[in-house]
Amino acid sequence: MEATSLSFKENARRAMGDETLQKALGFARTGFQDKRAAAAARLPEFDDLRDAAKAIKDHTLEHLDVYLEIFEQRVIEQGGKVHWARDAAEARAIILRLCKGAGARSVTKSKSMISEEIGLNEALEAQKIRCVETDLGEYIVQLAGETPSHILAPAIHMTKDRVSALFAEAHGTAPVDEPEALLAEARHALRQRYFEADVGITGANFLIAETGSVVLVTNEGNAELTQGLPRMHIALASIEKVVPTLEEACVLLRVLARSATGQEFSAYTTLLTGPKRPADLDGPTSFHVVLLDNGRGGMLGTEFQDILRCIRCGACMNHCPVYLATGGHAYGWVYPGPMGAVLTPSFIGIEKAHHLPNASTFCGRCEQVCPMRIPLPKMMRHWREEQFKRKLSPATGRYGLKLWAFAAKRPALYHLGAKVAIGLLCLLGGKRGRFRRLPLASGWTGSRDFPAPQGSTFQAQWRARRDRR
Amino acid sequence: MSGEARDAVLGRLRRALGRGPRTPDELRRKLLARLAAPQPVLIPARGNLELEGRIRLFIAQANAVQTEVLRVGRYADLPDAAVDYLRRSSLPLQLVMATDPLLRRADWAATLLEIRHGRPEDRDPVGLTTAFAGIAETGTLMLLSSPETPTTLAFLPEISIIVLPAVRVLRAYEDGLRALREERGAMPRSVNFVTGPSRSGDIEQTIQLGAHGPRRLLVLLVDELPDGSPQPDA
Repeated sequence: MEATSLSFKENARRAMGDETLQKALGFARTGFQDKRAAAAARLPEFDDLRDAAKAIKDHTLEHLDVYLEIFEQRVIEQGGKVHWARDAAEARAIILRLCKGAGARSVTKSKSMISEEIGLNEALEAQKIRCVETDLGEYIVQLAGETPSHILAPAIHMTKDRVSALFAEAHGTAPVDEPEALLAEARHALRQRYFEADVGITGANFLIAETGSVVLVTNEGNAELTQGLPRMHIALASIEKVVPTLEEACVLLRVLARSATGQEFSAYTTLLTGPKRPADLDGPTSFHVVLLDNGRGGMLGTEFQDILRCIRCGACMNHCPVYLATGGHAYGWVYPGPMGAVLTPSFIGIEKAHHLPNASTFCGRCEQVCPMRIPLPKMMRHWREEQFKRKLSPATGRYGLKLWAFAAKRPALYHLGAKVAIGLLCLLGGKRGRFRRLPLASGWTGSRDFPAPQGSTFQAQWRARRDRR
Repeated sequence: MSGEARDAVLGRLRRALGRGPRTPDELRRKLLARLAAPQPVLIPARGNLELEGRIRLFIAQANAVQTEVLRVGRYADLPDAAVDYLRRSSLPLQLVMATDPLLRRADWAATLLEIRHGRPEDRDPVGLTTAFAGIAETGTLMLLSSPETPTTLAFLPEISIIVLPAVRVLRAYEDGLRALREERGAMPRSVNFVTGPSRSGDIEQTIQLGAHGPRRLLVLLVDELPDGSPQPDA
């Protein structure tokens, strides 16, 4: 996927003028936030579960090498195969090789953000292998030739009129209007694709070291038909998805559904272990797991290790004032919102994504709702420091910061400077007490007045009050 | 390619974690021992109830996610319950059914139902299979794949009917997993936790039922003890 993260500012401006998108994001604000809050309130142990979930992932990351080796061994014992990929190109090559080996002409896929990360659909289509997305939102986005704008609700930016037009064109049917009828139409169209498919490709929510199982979570049941009907199942998973035991996965599952959609539990949670047993009547005859690193190993042991706890629930973006104003596409790559602002620079390089860690007011809501207690603002700050070091931010900003830092380390100078500036601004602000325009502050004054300081500095007022007492 | 990639990925992790070129045997043994004796981490207290309380919680939680639950006294009553349900819902009296021995305790031939056994096809309207356990905490069904209970029975047909022995309504997922380890030893190909019929909110955030899996989900909860099953609250 071609990243447009460097155009974040223009992307965001366009998104904020897009009425349809703004309406769709309005739904997200009330829908996701209220449901999560209600689900959390229903479970007295919710916060303790978050602590337990964090501890489980921290333990796993500290022993990631060993758990991955054990997971691999268990998959092999169950008759499956494990493939390792250092990067996107290797992962694509492995999957193409498996598909060709199976003589595949048609592939179904259930939602996998990692497959977006490696650009899998394009690679399959280039080899004349038809790849059909089965998650309803992904299917809609695929028909439109777009990319997901939310990691849970890929088509969150689209209205039903748009979906109706897309379906009428793709299915050659009369346009229908009701969401129920649209769903029935997609169900019917995708049924045939499930039966035609030679290979089913899924992601993985978790991998279980204890049993060599792949865990899939959906609400639609599309993952079950995607992996259960074709003769080959390929699960594409990044290396940090492993957890030690089934019991520990239960803890993560309990916080996942509640944080994501506010459900007590997603409709379908499936544990897959190896291929079809000889006497079974259904299931794939071959079972493959592709383990993708793609830069994650490099984050281990650094200030970005904590983001490897992420379980992709989407709570951070559902509660982010910036995401809710701009939508996901503005972020310009696979992962949007606060988690995207941390991950994208790691994956595509800070020089191609340095606006993203700045797309935050540091209000801290993402960290407040993150079920894995990932310090997202802290990590965005790390990226801002990196951006500063590499001189990626505008020179005026950097010199301004240096000047400020020089003064801030010298209190007497700082107080004097503040006193002079405040006095000057107070004088210039005049009777109206505000500025329409101010040099170097057009970012502020472009859309609102800048209030002029009133009187003396904070320190001076503090001293005056203390003396009065 | 894969061997080289494997060494590179694992090598990088080992370096980041400050280990040598190989994983120390002692550490590996320690972690294997940890896996061999999985400990529940934290289970919500919600399901800590006697059997009848768990059943009530299961039904309430299942109903909250649009699962219908009918309580049936004996296995022999199952065919009539299924027929009643299908008639009331104006659905065809046509079933594709699991071959679980539990279901053979009823005389299905005595009804008007048209029945086939085994794996469902695309056009089969109703699938009937058995659950390994019910989870009171969230009204969840735990299904296992086996030659007698093919997974697609609960996913392909528009109507899914699941038979669940009432005595198997357990507190939490962990209890179901423990029972699986104790009774089956090995993992089946597929373990499905099912909480309500299939749904999607992908069109304008409005929840619609029946996305790819079943549009309706009926649980037939049977009070009669299945032969050889553990006693309540054993």
